[in-house]
Amino acid sequence: MSEAKRPRLAVWKFASCDGCQLSLLDCEDELLALAGAIEIANFPEASSAISDGPYDLSLVEGSITTPHDAERIQMVREQSKFLVTIGACATAGGIQALRNFADVNEFISVVYASPHYIKTLETSTAIADHIPVDYELHGCPINKMQLVEVISAFIAGRKPAIASHSVCVECKQRGTVCVMVQGTPCLGPVTHAGCGAICPAYRRGCYGCYGPMEDPNTAALAREWQQLGKTPRDVQHAFRTYNAGAEAFLKEGQAHGN
Amino acid sequence: MTEAAKSVISIDGLQALIDALAAKNYQIMGPTVHDGAIIYDAITKTADLPAGWTDRQDGGRYRLERRDDDALFGYVVGPHSWKQFLHPAKETLWKASRGADGIVVTAEEPSPQKFAFIGVRSCELAAIAVQDKVFLEGPYLDVPYAERRKDNFIVAVNCGEAGGTCFCVSMQTGPKADAGYDVALTELHHNGAHEFLVEVGSEAGAALMQEVPHRQASDEQISAAEAAVANATNQMGRTLDTNGLKELLQGNANHPQWDAVAERCLSCGNCTMVCPTCFCTTVDDHSDLSGDNAERVRKWDSCFTLDFSYIHGGSVRTATRSRYRQWMTHKLASWYDQFGTSGCVGCGRCITWCPVGIDITEEAAAIRAAPMTDKEKPNERP
Repeated sequence: MSEAKRPRLAVWKFASCDGCQLSLLDCEDELLALAGAIEIANFPEASSAISDGPYDLSLVEGSITTPHDAERIQMVREQSKFLVTIGACATAGGIQALRNFADVNEFISVVYASPHYIKTLETSTAIADHIPVDYELHGCPINKMQLVEVISAFIAGRKPAIASHSVCVECKQRGTVCVMVQGTPCLGPVTHAGCGAICPAYRRGCYGCYGPMEDPNTAALAREWQQLGKTPRDVQHAFRTYNAGAEAFLKEGQAHGN
Repeated sequence: MTEAAKSVISIDGLQALIDALAAKNYQIMGPTVHDGAIIYDAITKTADLPAGWTDRQDGGRYRLERRDDDALFGYVVGPHSWKQFLHPAKETLWKASRGADGIVVTAEEPSPQKFAFIGVRSCELAAIAVQDKVFLEGPYLDVPYAERRKDNFIVAVNCGEAGGTCFCVSMQTGPKADAGYDVALTELHHNGAHEFLVEVGSEAGAALMQEVPHRQASDEQISAAEAAVANATNQMGRTLDTNGLKELLQGNANHPQWDAVAERCLSCGNCTMVCPTCFCTTVDDHSDLSGDNAERVRKWDSCFTLDFSYIHGGSVRTATRSRYRQWMTHKLASWYDQFGTSGCVGCGRCITWCPVGIDITEEAAAIRAAPMTDKEKPNERP
């Protein structure tokens, strides 16, 4: 592919831990091919050489938690032809969306010595709540091979081969024995596939890092969790982690009080 | 086979049988304990088998427990089935690359290994026969399946006990193996001896038994084996009334029970993954970053996913009720229209491995208990 035709990539950070954008640098075996296929035009985490937009592909990490970021994301959208949000923060508000259930001013007063310097929003929200998003890649963190798939698909002009069914399908494809049927509560049946069903392979229940699957029946799963001895509070805590702000998990969390 | 063809082997004889298969370069798969369950994996010796273990199964529940004897086959079926070897969860169909000579497409070469399966239950033989119909009969031969199915050596085991979710008697698939095996074993604990009654089911089985030390079965041993199978027959954990079932299900497409089951169903797809006859796959096409290499991968799919019924414009079966109904009526009814047989073999896996314990026998019974009247039925299907 000639130099002139390479699509220009930008990577943007909002409220997040950086883990998802670092998966791009973690693509050790694919990094050379990646650099050959796209021009990394704006990726401050990787290089201080930053070229101006517009960009063909933007990867957006993080959630919107400040008035400044709520404005900045508009600027990102304007400069991006195709915009992909990556990770639970960007797609669902992240773990920091737990603030949505509490009084953020109370947190600020406890955490910061000079709270008046802090300008923050009362909520942490997904990027798609602020701008139109072309594709969402789920996960906390995202799976780097899925990221390579999304970029490869973008370059080829095809749909990414990324399934939105339950983790259970991945679990069964790798031959893992179901932990839930053996008595360990698991969020796998309502959680979006993508991680490769890691936790059940190590005999742990799924923590729901990839957020809700395409058509989650969270109420039925919550009933089964209680059959397995979990309290409503346990159920609420399970749904309120990295994807607490994702609609299906949000609703199920709200249905189980303290 | 005549009664005279029945012989008896010891545990050492079973080891000799495994060794004889290994000498013929079979890859030997059998039951073994892993992660608190009996799964199917490579085995080389009788010590790999789950000696002294049994399984307790119910809807959405599975536990291994110690037996008070050292039986090698004292359990029923677990989460795995032989499908994972004959029809693997994921396989690359072909790869393509673009180079100086243009685009070159290479089909994946089938592995030259041939499988021997140890401990195949009669319901599983029925399931293999169902998948044979799907993949090997009709106008389209599934070449990778045919390659893996070729020259299999099957050591069946007749069940001496039934599990909590078993209903092979209802589906007329067990508990005694009657076809589709090379040799069939019935485990005997008789007069203080731990042995196996052997019935030969094929020429390959007869040839193999020439290499295995055995003696002729006594009438007593034959009776003990029959008693063991009768014991399993009388212990079925579930029953399914199949009388007119196809017409019943196909005539109740709008029954309120579909809504009731959808309220519990997670649409997670576990039932279809563990089902030994479910054969559906999807195909993913991948291209790499350079755009010079592509591959087509076939993976197990499930009729419980939205993508499964996705056609131009959207998914056809958006509601869980329609997806559950599709699965169950296909399995128990329209499978007859398509393949001339039931798609259900009564192994009970879909009941045990449903995280919320939905029971196909209970769902069928609920519709049978209160079928819709002609008056209640709408004129058209949804």
